[in-house]
Amino acid sequence: MTAEAVADRLNAAGIRADARREKSALAALTAPSFVILGLMLFIPVGWLFWLSFIEDGAFSLENYTRMVVEPAYRSIFLTTLELSVLVTVLSVLLGYPVAYMIAMLPPRAASITLTLVLVPFWTAILVRTYAWLVLLQRRGVVNSVLMSWGIIDEPLQLVHNFTGTAIGMLHIMIPFLVLPLYANMRAIDRDYVRAAASLGASPVTAFFKVYLPLSIPGLAAGTVMVFIICLGFYITPQFLGGGRVTTISMKIQQNVATYFNWGAASSLGVVLFLSTILIFWGFSRLFPLRRITEVGGS
Amino acid sequence: MNEDFVPHRSRLWLYALATLVIGFLVIPVVIVIPLSFSASSLLEFPPRAYSLRWYEALLGSVEWRDAAWMSLQVSVLTTIVATPLGTAAAYGLHLGGFRATGVLRMLVLAPLLVPVILTAVGIFYVFAMLGLNNTLFGLVIAHAMLSLPFVVVSVSAGLRSYDMAQECVARSLGASWPRAFWAITLPQIRLPVLSGALLAFISSFDEVIVSFFISGGEYSTLPRRMFNALRDQIEPTIAAISTILVVLSVGTVVLLEISRRPARRP
Repeated sequence: MTAEAVADRLNAAGIRADARREKSALAALTAPSFVILGLMLFIPVGWLFWLSFIEDGAFSLENYTRMVVEPAYRSIFLTTLELSVLVTVLSVLLGYPVAYMIAMLPPRAASITLTLVLVPFWTAILVRTYAWLVLLQRRGVVNSVLMSWGIIDEPLQLVHNFTGTAIGMLHIMIPFLVLPLYANMRAIDRDYVRAAASLGASPVTAFFKVYLPLSIPGLAAGTVMVFIICLGFYITPQFLGGGRVTTISMKIQQNVATYFNWGAASSLGVVLFLSTILIFWGFSRLFPLRRITEVGGS
Repeated sequence: MNEDFVPHRSRLWLYALATLVIGFLVIPVVIVIPLSFSASSLLEFPPRAYSLRWYEALLGSVEWRDAAWMSLQVSVLTTIVATPLGTAAAYGLHLGGFRATGVLRMLVLAPLLVPVILTAVGIFYVFAMLGLNNTLFGLVIAHAMLSLPFVVVSVSAGLRSYDMAQECVARSLGASWPRAFWAITLPQIRLPVLSGALLAFISSFDEVIVSFFISGGEYSTLPRRMFNALRDQIEPTIAAISTILVVLSVGTVVLLEISRRPARRP
């Protein structure tokens, strides 16, 4: 072996050792975040998962069979599902035009309009819930306006029920749909639409055959985000549902606060979480979820 | 001439619908502002007379003042903890090339995917054993976990559009690694770092559900106190607090927009 070859090998070994050192340094930088995530999320949630299978100190599926057997639980699941589907569908129908319009506007106007979507997005949920209580109550703003315009004679029951809950949730969820969808639309090359038009497609055809398919990844990301967040709603139904609407999250809270039944609360939480994961996974198999990590205006 | 050969006129229905939806989004947020200046305790709109009595009531109340102070401490400390940790994690994940990078990136997002109620109950359970319920430390560490994804996502996006070769050059010219990061990389990703910090702050300041479980009494945060107040009655004091929070969120959005603008490529 020549002296150069030896030097090369030593050098290579040195470089490899350096690379290893750098890699462990980078791992050390990453570690603290995962320690916090582990201590504050994975261990607590894992513990609840464990508790859900324990009844009187022994392994039991009682917490899970209860969900299937008791009609009360069935109606809670049904309410949660109905709310989530309704709000998701409405968010798509109302959010798509908003994202589309922002994508069409010149940059300055687009930026201002986007701000109008972001301000409610970043306003505390309790503030918005309070605002809806004020707007929708019996002698609230909406009813007085409708009555003064002569559209209705009697105040409508708009809050403390399913309707009020759905309205409040819709208000929270529309930005979650608009933001990823708009991010997607902004990246769509408009030349495709122009090409379709120049080949004789009507604007409607060009939209449905060209633009809409190109916006599917953002739409899918927004839709799945909206749906899984809807499944976990707690604050809005608590205040706008007036006791007539019970969602899974509310039942979990009741099980803990009223009955101190950790097992029952945990099993519901596990079902909620697993449904979330399953839906997320299913969507990601069906659609290329585009940069779902960038939801939140980032 | 419109660039898509579709005149604006035929898009009028689209603009009309979108404007209605934006009205639906914005009106509830701004309606609390005039209500908070109402002289009457009836929540009528528009108010018949204006006054500052609800702000006086707010300032005069020890409970609300304490809650606001508590929230401020919690969210400032949360930001101080979450921003460096999240930035370090984003940097490590960006350069590390770990076999598990994809999984780790997914796990960072877990706080957003796990239903908050489940997280809250879990933390409450663990804190009950550790005696951390109703402590500042407990609130801060729980909120830091919840806001990590905002920092990591924001800083990761910043690192993706940053040319790491610059840091390599600095190091090859003799700068130590920490110095190269501090002097070359950090100044160039400062806007994503700042917007991550801002998101961490506001998400902690507005957080309700976890605080509802793990804070109470003198350790109540502002949203925790609002939660109780909303359950009792919907008096205009809450409109006054809401107005302050709306101003805060408008400020946040404007700051975020400013922080993002220079990053845009022409």
